[in-house]
Amino acid sequence: MNKLKKLGLGIIISFFLVLSANAGSIKIGTEGAYPPWNSKDAAGNLNGFEVDLANALCEIMKHNCTIVEQDWDGMIPALTSKKFDAIMAGMSITSERLKTINFSQGYADEVASLAVMKGSSIENINTPEGINLNIGGSDVDKALKTLTSSLSGKTVCTQIGTIHQNFLESGDVGNINLKTYKTQDEVNLDLTNGRCDVALAAAVAFTDYAEKSGKAVVLTGPTFSGGAFGNGVGVGIRKGDSKLLNDFNAAIDKARDEGIISKLAIKWFGFDASM
Amino acid sequence: MELLSFGDTGWGDELFFATLMTIAVSITAMAIGFLFALIFTPLKLSKIKTLNIIGNCYTTIIRGVPELLIIYLLFFGGTGAAMYVASIFGYDGYIELNAFITGALAIGIISGAYSTEVFRGAILSIDKGQFEASKVLGIKKSIQFYKIILPQMLRLSIPNLSNVWQITLKDTSLISVTGLVEIMRQSYIAAGSTRDPLFFYSIAAVLYLILTYLSMNLINKLEIKYSKGY
Amino acid sequence: MISIFPSLLSGAVITLQLLASSMFFGLIIGLIFAILRINKNPIINKFAYAYSYFFRGTPLLVQLYLIYYGLANIEFLRNSFFWVIIKEPYWCAIIAFSLNTGAYTSEILRSAFQTIKKGYIEAAQSLGVTKKITFYRIQLPIAIKQSLPAYGNEIILMLKGTSLASVITIMDLMGEARKVNVLTFKPFEAFITAGIIYLFITFIIHNIIKFLEKKYGFQT
Repeated sequence: MNKLKKLGLGIIISFFLVLSANAGSIKIGTEGAYPPWNSKDAAGNLNGFEVDLANALCEIMKHNCTIVEQDWDGMIPALTSKKFDAIMAGMSITSERLKTINFSQGYADEVASLAVMKGSSIENINTPEGINLNIGGSDVDKALKTLTSSLSGKTVCTQIGTIHQNFLESGDVGNINLKTYKTQDEVNLDLTNGRCDVALAAAVAFTDYAEKSGKAVVLTGPTFSGGAFGNGVGVGIRKGDSKLLNDFNAAIDKARDEGIISKLAIKWFGFDASM
Repeated sequence: MELLSFGDTGWGDELFFATLMTIAVSITAMAIGFLFALIFTPLKLSKIKTLNIIGNCYTTIIRGVPELLIIYLLFFGGTGAAMYVASIFGYDGYIELNAFITGALAIGIISGAYSTEVFRGAILSIDKGQFEASKVLGIKKSIQFYKIILPQMLRLSIPNLSNVWQITLKDTSLISVTGLVEIMRQSYIAAGSTRDPLFFYSIAAVLYLILTYLSMNLINKLEIKYSKGY
Repeated sequence: MISIFPSLLSGAVITLQLLASSMFFGLIIGLIFAILRINKNPIINKFAYAYSYFFRGTPLLVQLYLIYYGLANIEFLRNSFFWVIIKEPYWCAIIAFSLNTGAYTSEILRSAFQTIKKGYIEAAQSLGVTKKITFYRIQLPIAIKQSLPAYGNEIILMLKGTSLASVITIMDLMGEARKVNVLTFKPFEAFITAGIIYLFITFIIHNIIKFLEKKYGFQT
């Protein structure tokens, strides 16, 4: 019985084991499943554009940083419940998210795109190269109309809780069969095996996947920006954490001026996505 | 097989440590479940109505809603709840319930509901005469519990507890959704990274089969050992 | 709280559909494998044992992923007519759930068959009743009656199991709850409301089984 008592006591104590963060040390949450923004290698280490950028920003801020892995669907709750202090996970600044958390200025911007398998009936959609939903106008309206007829009845796949889901649900592209996934990995798998007719995500997420997997995934239709797609990707920070917000804004300014962001963007995306 | 090599290029070492994590989290959850069962079994058997209701609510609710739901609730809401409780006691800093504790706690609560039912069944099957006999002999209630009921209850529970252990072990696969790197999560990461889900989920299935096989053998041995003399 | 209710209810309908189809196919599979298990041919009963061992010894989540993502990775399956079925997440879920509950059902029925008193069968045989009729008229009905309580538990376990369908894009009750959580960042509202609906369904199933036990089951 004594042993049982000790075990019980041990468990109770471990419940109350609290770890309080040291001053000057911050935790940054990332998904680790959205290459090339953030991902994980076979050794289990996080890498990607945002992992490099986070380390660079922390060096500028002279903060001691730890990067924490967090599934996308729990990213914002994890921030608000203080599991970590900042989000750098390819998270676009949107008005919907701003209701719950704050964002630093954007550090990178990169367009979204549809993708299909080579040989698909909608491999060629007759639209302008890119549309900006903020600008609108007859070109955009015409492009959305073309998209609506091309996508009608198609199974369109995207990651849950993303700007891409918001756009597909906004009604701009009419009646589609929308399927949402927990990770982009799963979207890619179902796109290549044919469960999805077409998928929507950051354009680089598809080009990166096509390159690494050798699968015939190709972009189609226009690239998207503005509107539901938000205003660039920023660092998500808890409301009321204004000191940290200012630190990040200053650090992003400095990193941009020194060309660090551009350099990292070219390294990971192949082009300058800094903003 | 190259995929399973140890080192930086293969997934062998990762899967090995993930298996250890599954074992560790299962054992911790089972122990937490025992603790819950030791608290709730007396409540379920209590003659005081309020206590009885509390005991029944625990087992009914936990066994009536999906495990995944309990995990999500604890995972998304657990830290917030813990900080709220701490703030009542005047502590306003960060509290981190790590993925291991949260996961083991969630599975432990579930496992505890099943263990409670097992313990309750075992106690009810103890011959009533023994209670009366110890009363006649003037044995104190606490001694009666520790020396007479508890040992018999544990012995009678072993066969059914082995079922609870199986359930607990398999339930740990659900913690993968919260990011704890156990067998399922590691297979998921490997499947995504190598784009070979068939291979890695088959490996996961084999690892679980090995764990259930080994643990069942161990429990059978225990059962034979402790049923000696009966 | 009220506004999320309709979408959760539409999810609950999918949950019930998944449960009903899986229990239907699972019962057929379970019955076939229970009969194979009590077959005297060692190869046949070993095969049936291996099936139930695999599906009871591995987590349902693994089985679901294996069928949904694993099978889809096999080239020739994708080119065969099976793809029509495997392509749909809904069917993948039903296949996984049916095979899983089939394994447990086969064990429940097997133990029920084995506890039938030899006397019943011997009596039937001495009266000249054929083996086939003995099986359908005596063994099977008794086994089903005896299995009712355990089978009731299995239905509730499967109801909870259907919540995993949400990980393969199906918008069942759990899927809708997760969506609400992701979109509103309010985990408690979404998951507690869903939990209450699950409890309600459990409660109803529990009472139906109790009623059936009273009406048809053995009094113990």
